[in-house]
Amino acid sequence: MSSHSDESGKKLGMWLFLYTEIFLFGGLFVLYAVYFARYTSEFVAGGKELDQLFGVVNTVILLISSFAVAASITAVQRNQQKRTLAGLGVALICGLVFLINKYFEWSHKVANDIFPGSEKLAEGPEGQNIFFGLYYMITGLHSIHIIIGMVLLLVSLVCVKIEKITPTRFALLENSGLYWHLVDLIWIFVFPLFYLVV
Amino acid sequence: MPVFHMDNRLWGSMDITQSFFETPAPARYKGILSWLITTDHKRISLMYLFSILFWFFLAILLGGLIRLELMFPGQTFVSAQVYNSLFTLHGVIMIFLFIIPALPAIFGNFFLPIQIGTDDVFFPKLNLLSWYLYMAGGIIAILSLFSDGFPDTGWTFYVPFSISTHTNVSTAVFAAFVLGLSSMLTGLNFITTIHRMRHSLMGWMQIPLFTWSLYATAWVQLLATPVVSITLLLVMVERYVGVGLFDPAKGGDPILYQHLFWMYSHPAVYIMILPGMGVISEIIPVFARKSIFGYKAIVASSMAIAVAGSLVWAHHMYASGMSDTAVFVFSLLTFVVAIPSAIKVFSWVSTLYKGAIQMAPPLFLSLCFIYLFSVGGLTGLVLGAAGTNIHVHDTHFVVAHFHFTMFGGTGFAFFAALHYWWPKMFGRMYNFKRAYIGAALLTGGFMFHYVPMFILGLQGMPRRYFDYLPRYETGNFLAGFGAAFMIIGMFLMIMNLLFTLRKPRNASSDPWGGTTLEWQTPSPPPLHNFISEPEILKYPYDFTGVVERYSKETKE
Amino acid sequence: MEKKPDTHIFDYKTLAAVLCGLLILTAITVGVSCVDFGKLNVWIALFIASLKGSLVLLFFMHLKYESRVLVYSFLSTLFFLGIMISFMFWDVGFR
Repeated sequence: MSSHSDESGKKLGMWLFLYTEIFLFGGLFVLYAVYFARYTSEFVAGGKELDQLFGVVNTVILLISSFAVAASITAVQRNQQKRTLAGLGVALICGLVFLINKYFEWSHKVANDIFPGSEKLAEGPEGQNIFFGLYYMITGLHSIHIIIGMVLLLVSLVCVKIEKITPTRFALLENSGLYWHLVDLIWIFVFPLFYLVV
Repeated sequence: MPVFHMDNRLWGSMDITQSFFETPAPARYKGILSWLITTDHKRISLMYLFSILFWFFLAILLGGLIRLELMFPGQTFVSAQVYNSLFTLHGVIMIFLFIIPALPAIFGNFFLPIQIGTDDVFFPKLNLLSWYLYMAGGIIAILSLFSDGFPDTGWTFYVPFSISTHTNVSTAVFAAFVLGLSSMLTGLNFITTIHRMRHSLMGWMQIPLFTWSLYATAWVQLLATPVVSITLLLVMVERYVGVGLFDPAKGGDPILYQHLFWMYSHPAVYIMILPGMGVISEIIPVFARKSIFGYKAIVASSMAIAVAGSLVWAHHMYASGMSDTAVFVFSLLTFVVAIPSAIKVFSWVSTLYKGAIQMAPPLFLSLCFIYLFSVGGLTGLVLGAAGTNIHVHDTHFVVAHFHFTMFGGTGFAFFAALHYWWPKMFGRMYNFKRAYIGAALLTGGFMFHYVPMFILGLQGMPRRYFDYLPRYETGNFLAGFGAAFMIIGMFLMIMNLLFTLRKPRNASSDPWGGTTLEWQTPSPPPLHNFISEPEILKYPYDFTGVVERYSKETKE
Repeated sequence: MEKKPDTHIFDYKTLAAVLCGLLILTAITVGVSCVDFGKLNVWIALFIASLKGSLVLLFFMHLKYESRVLVYSFLSTLFFLGIMISFMFWDVGFR
């Protein structure tokens, strides 16, 4: 009954943790739902001010990175160490590019005097303030998760390299992958809710 | 008391193998390190026990000070500002540092793996991390006291006050966040353990009821806690940045804060009470020498409470200004939760009916639990009904109600569990007489303390007020006396237990005649919990064997 | 105890096909957002997002081959999230 050999138990634990993450974001989505119903027109106007291109590019990047992670898990099961490393490497680079995009996007907004507590938001309509408040909260929290996910992937990458992760014992890689997919999954919902509201 | 086994002659061998006290895990550490870096669930459980007891006594002290201040009208010995901090700290500590972790973290940690016949929880290191998070949360809570003044918001941290007050709310809120994480990880660990590490012969309907209740609790811990985590984070962000998500001047809605807060905090009361109900379901059949009435009904009601309890959060908000439709819907749903709770009470009482009842301190405390919890539950219906709620909303009636459920319920279950499992955890039997006196003082004091509060509430005395009108004098004065008796009773019980630690071990492996697996192993258990493969009963509360053993003994 | 989970390995082709599906759905959702359906827009967007999410869950996250415990517990997580959001509208929808 040693816990160290039970890989699917570890996976169950990880899934349970993912549920908590879903509810962590869930609290914010509750706020989004209520405020969207109340300030629909301001939300639509706010959505138009966001740069759709950034949103699309970041979506594509995250989808590709998710694919790369999934492929690296296939690779590790087939004992193809180089492909595993390549998959993880691609995912990490994608994560980095995502963050860089986010940085440019945010700094562009801040330069246009759109950030929590800014004069423009304080003087504009209330719904606009709420839209951008939620935008910063949700994408900010999401970016923090990207960073955590990248750390997990990096740890997995090192473990693959030093062969602590093997074709028979890859729960760490699988769990990091699950976390990464969840971050992608949340973005799949964040993207239309902020960038595509019309 | 010839019926309980203080000696080991008849059955239950004294520890031939060494207990977990003598065998540290991992084995390379000695002394204090063998506790601080341990991965043994039993050691972690004891670390929880003593740290939780510390906070419990601190919060009792704070509660005593509140009642002392309220015994006489006007300012007695603390200022209004300090009074606000007193009830905030009493609430925060009792909720986040005592009631939520008490039963799962102490007794769950110790007995869940044993009851399902395994050697540890699934993630032993995560278990230790949970304890450290618990300690960190406690320390952060203390730190919040030493800068910018004590938090004075009440444990609910309602906006807009929590965002605008100048006291140190951020640190207190962060402490609650960390404690939430600890509780969440404990839940995660328990669910995985129950799913993956059950003895191979133990099916779902052979799991002891305490473990079942922990399973239901763990799901609530897991799914509800993150909601309050994000809510508390939002309070911190609002304090530092001022986004305005809950600020009407900036387009926000303060009532949404209350929704988010109670989405966690109402399910959280079931995190508090469900393991307590589990403890009672263990104790009652053992001392009635009779299998539990309605095992499956109790299991189902545990799960039903976990589900239904998540649907009723807004019944805390009838007077907040939310829509009348919501008041109606949530009031209706609230009545639904009463059903599974009542099923449990009926099952316990039916178990006692025509049983061969043998009185002992754990049973005595359990009977007090049933009575007090029923009163708490029934007064809950007064609060759950929207019409009557408006009359007693935010009065002392509410205070009395939730103390009847949380203290009369969970608190008594905690003491009952302590007296039931103490011989198993430490291998020492305590003095029954002192335990009875302590429990009787506690129960008597409890009634004396909280019944006046019901009356005060019906008369209209608000909660959290520093001062009151002359007509509330008598009630407040009497309640203060009750508090004194209660504190003396609790002190006596705990001292009685702690005194046993000076004496040599004298408890047999099965002093009460229990049937669940923890009674098949020496007291205290060895490092890997069992010496030989445990025997899994087809039905976990089959007392035929126990009754046979006892009748043999009385003949001799 | 629990059913032994399938140790199914996805081949690269399946994963690539899923990625293509996800990219196409992204294109569709962006395209649809340019057409004004009024209140329906947000529901269409959420529907497409759910499709994409399901693809990620079933294939990338392997849920298609997981044990029942995971599938049911995930679905109930979604159920409770749905409750949380929808029950809010008992209040805000009727103020």
